[in-house]
Amino acid sequence: MNNFLFTQPFFKKNGKAVAIYFLVAIIFWFVFLVIIPQFYMLDLSFRTNVPPLARGGPEDYYTFEHYSHFIFGSKTATDAFNFVDLGVFGRTIFVSMLVTIANLLFCYPIAFYIAKIANPSTARLLIVSLIIPFWINELLRSFALRILFANEGVINNFLTGVGILDQGILFITYDIGLYTGLIYAYILLMMFPLYNAIESLDINQIEAAKDLGSSSFRTHWRIVIPHAKPGIVSGCTMVFMLTVGALATPVVLSSPNTLWFPQLIYQWFNMNDNWSRGSAYSIILLIVSVIFVLTMMRIFKVRIGEIIR
Amino acid sequence: MSADVELSDVSVTFGSFYAAKNVNVKVNGGEFFSFLGPSGCGKTTLLRAISGFQEPSEGKVLIDNKDMSGIGPNKRPTALIFQNLALFPLMSVSENIAFSLEVRGVSKEERKKRADELLELIALEGQGDKKVHQLSGGQKQRVAIARALAVEPKVLLLDEPLSALDLKLRQRMRTELREIQKRVNITFIYITHDQGEALTMSDRIAVMNEGELEQIGKCDEVYNNPLTPFVATFVGENNPLYGKVTGIEGDKARIETADGQYLATMNESKKLNIGDESIAFVRPESLFIPRDGDNFDNKIDVNIESFEFEGNLKNFYASLKSGAKIKFSVPNAIDTSSITSGSSIVLGFESSKSVILPKASLAID
Repeated sequence: MNNFLFTQPFFKKNGKAVAIYFLVAIIFWFVFLVIIPQFYMLDLSFRTNVPPLARGGPEDYYTFEHYSHFIFGSKTATDAFNFVDLGVFGRTIFVSMLVTIANLLFCYPIAFYIAKIANPSTARLLIVSLIIPFWINELLRSFALRILFANEGVINNFLTGVGILDQGILFITYDIGLYTGLIYAYILLMMFPLYNAIESLDINQIEAAKDLGSSSFRTHWRIVIPHAKPGIVSGCTMVFMLTVGALATPVVLSSPNTLWFPQLIYQWFNMNDNWSRGSAYSIILLIVSVIFVLTMMRIFKVRIGEIIR
Repeated sequence: MSADVELSDVSVTFGSFYAAKNVNVKVNGGEFFSFLGPSGCGKTTLLRAISGFQEPSEGKVLIDNKDMSGIGPNKRPTALIFQNLALFPLMSVSENIAFSLEVRGVSKEERKKRADELLELIALEGQGDKKVHQLSGGQKQRVAIARALAVEPKVLLLDEPLSALDLKLRQRMRTELREIQKRVNITFIYITHDQGEALTMSDRIAVMNEGELEQIGKCDEVYNNPLTPFVATFVGENNPLYGKVTGIEGDKARIETADGQYLATMNESKKLNIGDESIAFVRPESLFIPRDGDNFDNKIDVNIESFEFEGNLKNFYASLKSGAKIKFSVPNAIDTSSITSGSSIVLGFESSKSVILPKASLAID
């Protein structure tokens, strides 16, 4: 068995020590950090919520109650469906989609400018100034935005102070703060795939299009965007998945009367001490977002291999 | 439809560096015109100035007598073929060819019709649905030409498009380019550092060095009557013989070198006076091994050092008394078995086949 393993090309190419390290590291990462926790959560989501001592007892059995709770609500509810949770869920998916689109629209011109127009030293400066704010923790960045957007915050104080407005705008109440925070939170994950994709485009391609009479808009539409498609998809996927699962930003910035779906999950786990239901909600979020992303990829005709190109 | 292209006092500067300096040239409509020069001489800059990617710092570009300042590349009646062709890899061959029509809002059927016509012109009928990467190097070359011709530009600009091809293909493409030019009858402006390419295809060439034009003329004119030592040594090969003018005989001048006196022809616009520092040039193929009865204007004693076989030619490298080196070529058909390394022979050349110019730096310095 040992001999068989060590004669594999992978071992011959990398040497025993390195090959073993790779193998162990990858297996550990995949099995312990991905598969086991996910399977544990999947299992938990189909079980009744019992205290640890009652585990394995008669109270502990497999059930769909947590999933049905998400759709139909509690057994005592009068509504046909769980409108509250479904609403939060739908809104989370929908807003995340808008956040992703906003990110794309915002990043594309900047990424194009850095990759193809700016001279190298300006480009470096811009990249550094994009990165540095992200040395600060996500939670702190959210609080910083909260300070800006609060009813008595920096923006409102300024606007009312100089007399542009009589009354401050309710940025937090109308979730403007939340949307801004979500757009800002993962913007680099859109910026860098886009930048890399655009950067790899031969400048002659752009000039050739222009020389053949193409307007700037059409050059982008026909040459730059198709070339950058893998980067666009990769950026959109990451931003969407992370936005859908964002917790810190909504906790700090969402208005008191709206909830972000991960906040709901958090409540089941921590405040209601119902890990099973929290797990079920997590699984639902995971599966629906994956399906959503795959559908989008289908619509835009991208293969999964292209993303990691 | 072809157009004249005129560069009037065009200079292009990058900071304090002149990429092109006071360039004046008029390319006639329907002409195959080449800018020839070593890399970095500013020829690509001129091409970009004509196509509109680079605004001249001074001077004007006129196409069809119309000032092009402020007119972008997408609005000029020119089409550029890039050195790396810049075909669009995500589009089919037909889509590439018809791209310029697509951006002008031409209908799909019209586009297809025109693409098919052009595919026929470049002998790639029925291959329009292929992807670019499925084509060979020569085919890609032709697609790039077809793409540039699709909107019927008045001027086609070519930036060393053959440099990536292997020798055989390059030679074939030269003939093809020339034929296509005759067929479509538009102005071709070709950029190259390869003098063979420039000489075989062009009606006229302009030789450039360090941003400035050294000479403009018909190919044989430039080859036979170079205006400067740079042109003499950049276009084709030339042996320089350094010396001082000791006598003027009509349109010829006598030059005294460390190895003897030679008679050479002066250029009409570069008259010399007695005592001038000058260089006489004689090409390897103009040096002959005299046979009985031959009487050359000039004789030169050489000592054979080495020999190389090129196929059609045999090249001999020899040294003169002073140590100066000289190269001469003999057609392969001539028996040279008696000439071996170390042997001393006498070579002859005609004064009409040698030019004498005021001293200046050579291309190979």
